Amino acid sequence: MIDKAWIPEGVQRCSIGKFLLWLTFIGVFIAWGLYGAFVVLSQGIGTTGLDNYFGFGLWITFDLAVIALGAGAFFTGFLRYILRIDQLKNIINLTVLVGFLCYSGAMIVLVLDIGQPLRCWFGYWHPNVHSMLTEVIFCITCYCTVLVIEYVPLILENRMINKNRFCHHLAHNFHIYMPLFAGIGTFLSFFHQGSLGGMYGVLFGRPYAFREGFFIWPWTFFLFIASAIASGPSFTLLVNKLMEALSGKKLVDDFTKELMAKISGMLLCFYIFWKIMDTWAWANGMLPKEGLTFDQMFYGLAYGKWLLWTELGICGVVPAIMLIIPAVRKIHGLMYIAAFLNCSGIVINRFVQTVQTSAHPVLPFDAWQTYAPNWAEWSTSLMIVAYGFLVMSLSYRYLPVFPKEKELNS
Amino acid sequence: MEHKESNIKWGMVIDLDKCTGCGACMVACEAENNIAPTPDSSNKLRTLSWLLVYEMNNGKAYPEHDVAYLPRPCMQCGNPSCLHVCPVVAIDKNEEGGIVSQVYPRCIGCRYCMAACPYHARYFNWFDPIWPEGMEKTLTPNVSVRPRGVAEKCTFCHHKFAEAKERARAEGRDPSHLEEGDYIPACVAACPNGAMHFGDLNNPKHKVYELSHKPEAFRLLERLGTDPQVYYSSKREWVRRQGDNYLTNEKTKGE
Repeated sequence: MIDKAWIPEGVQRCSIGKFLLWLTFIGVFIAWGLYGAFVVLSQGIGTTGLDNYFGFGLWITFDLAVIALGAGAFFTGFLRYILRIDQLKNIINLTVLVGFLCYSGAMIVLVLDIGQPLRCWFGYWHPNVHSMLTEVIFCITCYCTVLVIEYVPLILENRMINKNRFCHHLAHNFHIYMPLFAGIGTFLSFFHQGSLGGMYGVLFGRPYAFREGFFIWPWTFFLFIASAIASGPSFTLLVNKLMEALSGKKLVDDFTKELMAKISGMLLCFYIFWKIMDTWAWANGMLPKEGLTFDQMFYGLAYGKWLLWTELGICGVVPAIMLIIPAVRKIHGLMYIAAFLNCSGIVINRFVQTVQTSAHPVLPFDAWQTYAPNWAEWSTSLMIVAYGFLVMSLSYRYLPVFPKEKELNS
Repeated sequence: MEHKESNIKWGMVIDLDKCTGCGACMVACEAENNIAPTPDSSNKLRTLSWLLVYEMNNGKAYPEHDVAYLPRPCMQCGNPSCLHVCPVVAIDKNEEGGIVSQVYPRCIGCRYCMAACPYHARYFNWFDPIWPEGMEKTLTPNVSVRPRGVAEKCTFCHHKFAEAKERARAEGRDPSHLEEGDYIPACVAACPNGAMHFGDLNNPKHKVYELSHKPEAFRLLERLGTDPQVYYSSKREWVRRQGDNYLTNEKTKGE
């Protein structure tokens, strides 16, 4: 292999030809997405399926979902560096990588999603301190920088790069200060995960999303934090499983996987309890106060009650119970099913909060509208997924992402 | 988000019993406010209609069937749901009169304001505004055209407010105390049936003051707390009931 010197010591990787073939496959999706992005940027958002009723659609759902699922990075970092759960060192690099991809991917999508991309810096220059979105803009960009800082030492640990004295010492020093970055990341993440929920909870003109809360924060602020930290570790587990399946190697030890599942399960129990309470209070308190009923919040198949019951039950209570039972976690097939359900529930939550909120006709003489994303939205979203695969593939091949890989496969 | 409390409150009262749904207000609005022709107007969710006429009906079969038409401009809410959410302060409600303004050169096009507004009064420029050759001569000089990628909405023809103040100054009158009729938005001026009235809701000398205090006057979605500056009136109870959401056991406001 011509790139053998760049591959971490003592691990096996596929041939360069096979790897390039894989990158070409990923490249097809990236090329399609780049074409979509070019069309959107050159001709405007009129080329998408969005309209005046659905200003937010697939892109915002995608952003919210990946930011929630990427929460494994900050929360695992918090547990590893602040609470000193040492076992998590075996998976911490992967969580950082997943977090970096989720956040950088979300930011790429946001550039496409705003109507005036050249004005994206206005959020800093003319901030409205009362807007939850301002807080999101600040924290997401700052936290993405933190993730870059957390990812850089991993790059510097590449066998060839690390031979350089400066890079070697830089990586070492980055590691020393990592608890500081983990702390900053935790602070920023708690706020922006919450503010993403707050963005919907403050919409007092939209009964589907509006919630009361504590001080300036609607309940959705806290629910979004809880759901993100509950699903983040599950998503990391699923990514790890996918990488194991694609590489044919064991990358993380069982104990660490089960610990991640346990953390996810405990947090999901906490979240789903409060989510059910919130739904009950919304249906019996908020809605009647606004002259609406629970049934009026749902419509047809696209916005039916089945989404709520799936989110709360099949993708909420069921995985929560599964993940807190040690015997279930021992059976890895079931553990992964539970992790998948957990992540699916959070994606449904972000979808309904984004799209169903806009679809519900608040004016009594108005009608429900439906939204379907078009190719421009799908291609660019898939491009981000492909970008994730690309960076993950390169990182896996050339960087020591999994500290135990050598030991587990010897 | 705090905003200035003004002494003048520009507002509208629309008599739904007089509105025939002719759409003259919509046409006048689009012409006055330089709204470019939409490439494909068949998708009504993509068109720009700062003022949109909705059709309502009582849900009953003939011969009890009844319809009403409801012109919906921006409500210029006293507590605007859009104002709080804009991340870049592109929305403002600090000018005397309480008009909610949109700062086009500031807007980044995030569309959060559109998600916030329950009246669907906010619109997005999905395409570059292009007027067929020659039609650019019809543009209103004092109204800025908006670029692709920003949100926009009814401004109560704010340029006419500015013109009225200028006229008052030129005539040696106090521009902060305009007479009724000095400032009239294009939709109100175009209404052939006299269904639309405009003026200072705080001024007892203006007709809208009296109309907005009548028992048949109501505002859309009052329960949400948006405090609109647009009133409607109808003697028909079913019309007033559709102005807000009610549980089946609740009485219509004012009944």
